[in-house]
Amino acid sequence: MCADVSTDVIKDDSMLLQKKMIAGNYDKITSAPETGQKMVSTFVPGNINELIMCFDFANNLPEINALGNAMRKQSGSMISDAEKMGHSEDVCTYVKADLGMMAKGNIAPNGKPMPNPDMLMLSYTGCYTFLKWFELLREQYKCPTVMLHVPYEGDGKITKNMRDYVVKQLKEDVIPMMEEVSGVKFDIDRLREYMKASAKAEDDLVWVLKSAKNIRSPIDAYFGGVYYIGPIFGAFRGTEDAVDYYRMLRVEIEDRLAKGLGPVTPEGEMGEEKYRLVVEGPPNWTNFREFWKMFHEDGAVVVASSYSKVGGVYDYDGFRHDPQNPLESLAEYCMGCYTNRNLPDRTTMMADLVEEYQADGMLVNSIKSCNSFAAGELLMLREVEARTGKPCAFIETDLVDPRYFSPANVKNRLESYFQMIEQKRQSQAA
Amino acid sequence: MSVKEIIDRCEVLFEDIDFTAAREWKAAKPGRKVVGYLPIYVPSEIIHAAGMLPLGVLGGGSDLEVIHGDAYYQSYICRIPRSTVELGVTKRLDFVDGMLFPSTCDVIRNLSGVWKLMFPEVYTRYFDTPQNYKKEIGGEFYKNDLRELLEGLEEMGGVKVTDDDLRASIEVYNERRQWVEKVYQFRRDQPWKTPSSEIYLLMRAGEVIPPEEHIQLMKDYLAAVELEERRMKDNTRVVLNGSFCEQPPLGLIKSIELAGCYIVDDDYIMANRMITTDIATEGDPLENIAYAFLTDSMPFPSKFEPSEEEKGLYLADYVRKAGAEGVIFAAASFCDPALLDQPLLHHVLDDQKIPYIAFQFAENSGQMQPIREQAGTFADSIKLWSAA
Ligand code: SF4
Ligand code: SF4
Repeated sequence: MCADVSTDVIKDDSMLLQKKMIAGNYDKITSAPETGQKMVSTFVPGNINELIMCFDFANNLPEINALGNAMRKQSGSMISDAEKMGHSEDVCTYVKADLGMMAKGNIAPNGKPMPNPDMLMLSYTGCYTFLKWFELLREQYKCPTVMLHVPYEGDGKITKNMRDYVVKQLKEDVIPMMEEVSGVKFDIDRLREYMKASAKAEDDLVWVLKSAKNIRSPIDAYFGGVYYIGPIFGAFRGTEDAVDYYRMLRVEIEDRLAKGLGPVTPEGEMGEEKYRLVVEGPPNWTNFREFWKMFHEDGAVVVASSYSKVGGVYDYDGFRHDPQNPLESLAEYCMGCYTNRNLPDRTTMMADLVEEYQADGMLVNSIKSCNSFAAGELLMLREVEARTGKPCAFIETDLVDPRYFSPANVKNRLESYFQMIEQKRQSQAA
Repeated sequence: MSVKEIIDRCEVLFEDIDFTAAREWKAAKPGRKVVGYLPIYVPSEIIHAAGMLPLGVLGGGSDLEVIHGDAYYQSYICRIPRSTVELGVTKRLDFVDGMLFPSTCDVIRNLSGVWKLMFPEVYTRYFDTPQNYKKEIGGEFYKNDLRELLEGLEEMGGVKVTDDDLRASIEVYNERRQWVEKVYQFRRDQPWKTPSSEIYLLMRAGEVIPPEEHIQLMKDYLAAVELEERRMKDNTRVVLNGSFCEQPPLGLIKSIELAGCYIVDDDYIMANRMITTDIATEGDPLENIAYAFLTDSMPFPSKFEPSEEEKGLYLADYVRKAGAEGVIFAAASFCDPALLDQPLLHHVLDDQKIPYIAFQFAENSGQMQPIREQAGTFADSIKLWSAA
């Protein structure tokens, strides 16, 4: 998601603020041994940050550490260290990047060692690998580990049984464990306050994401989108900082829109908007800038992406954190995360986005590591193509393993895809 | 019946990727329904109580030519979803009225959605088992989940299932579990009489025929095997781990045996053995099925182990219980649950000084020579080590 990786991309005040927020969070984490602050590690999908904050925990997200290391070109050696330690080549590279980081002393981006977490919050949402990942971490850290089983929306809906199950786990397992580890008593009104802040930030995020409906989109909802979702998917949902960030971001985008500007890219203002795409699947982090360039230099802008919904879907069916029903709402938030929705719903969502955002088609970036996203994507591609009549295409990369990013291959495929779109336009015009 | 006759029958069932036996069962009476399920586990008692045939769908095996399935799955995803789709597309499962996709991993989870999209006329359900093992939390959720499954089956089959129907089916499956355990115990005691290639086929047969028939088959097999003269060899006793979902080709099991190993425990068809005790028949039957999973089910990689100290110890226990001398990890390529779990299990075995080797396979792996050599070297080294 965000990470402290925007150094040479940063242009706007919102980005500077985000960078400061992230640096502050890492400082909070690495100074915990001196300050005595307790720290929880958890995952982006189903990240119950508001609850974590109720116990004064710092929130550390191993996925974000892994992608940050990939953007700093450090993940390759971490992954090979983990493979040398006996982890299979075939499994999710996020896990191996994290274990490799640990083997290298667990150094945070600020150059200081990360303390061991006081608790692992295993929010089991939308990805099976999370379970194994935290069993592996628990073996190293020997710290309390609490499982929050978030049932999958197999039938495309959240039933009362599912909601009750998650709420009960929060009440009877998660909260008591957090109280015990932190020594802080749970205060539901504090949770409500955080959730009010979440909803405010979510409103502004949604406005920003939807701004891409404009022809000449002011944002890129995939490459730029990963920055926009950073605070809300990470350790900041529920904070006033996040409220300020999203307000500031919205003002900036309103301004771009008023001026008729397109997205900002690492190479500056994007030129003409030639292709509007919806992208399914996470990005590649090891060659992020190079990957993005392959799009923007050809005038392709991503107007909507499933990745901007992986840590919560706010811009599709209207979900907001609800301070009136905080635990129920946390449960619904977790269950509604993108990869916790079934394939037919994900497919409908993607087809709807292609229509609503007037896209030229959908591109799947299939990630070798990630069965959660990838298994079924080829069928999704066919379905979206059939339902929208728009051409769809497919590329393969990995999140954090540089061995699986083949620039020539990706570039070739993208160029053929853009040609396909051109042909489609010509045949429609004829 | 002789051992050969029994195993020949099992082999025919195993090789028949058109599921003729299940088709015949369905055709024998109007209105009969068949419900397929993928590995690892669904409570077949509920399907049986609805008068339906639970049918284990464990991929396409080594002989199915996958033509369409590859267009649905990327090369870095295991083979079982693509061969299962192939079975569907080639109409080999066209007689199946319902399909259940258990919470084994993201691939099977997403396959439930693939099925919904591709075969909308089939009753398709993602089947969740709880990761919280407290009766009032995970138990309550699971009980309601089972009720929803039951209601779905009732609606699909136009039947009403009573508690007594459920109790009767629990009894059938209790008996089946007892016989499965007897077979496994027999193999632990006299593995030279019960080669694992036979046990495997005997267990696989239970996936495609009614449980009552499977019980009879196991009874007949044990009776026949007692009478067989089979020579005891100086083989190494091993536990096999990691093949709980995609199944290895039969040749792989034979190769391990030919290499000088007796497989004295395994995790091949866990659905048969998942619940380790009799399920109670008095009281609320759905609650009994649910609670049995919470308190008396086998550990497997997709199931969270709440205690760090307990993690993986089960494998060392299996080794001890079976008097085994080592473990062979044989996981399907790209199988996240098995491969992510393995390092944790390795550490347990390292601590307990239990030797192990690991290799990977696909259900259609053809080359067995390397596996045979690896298993042979492993067996020899254990023998040398124990002689020293
Ligand atoms: S499998 Fe996918 S969702 Fe799961 S941890 Fe890996 S990258 Fe993340
Ligand atoms: S073989 Fe492994 S990864 Fe493949 S479907 Fe089965 S459990 Fe999932």
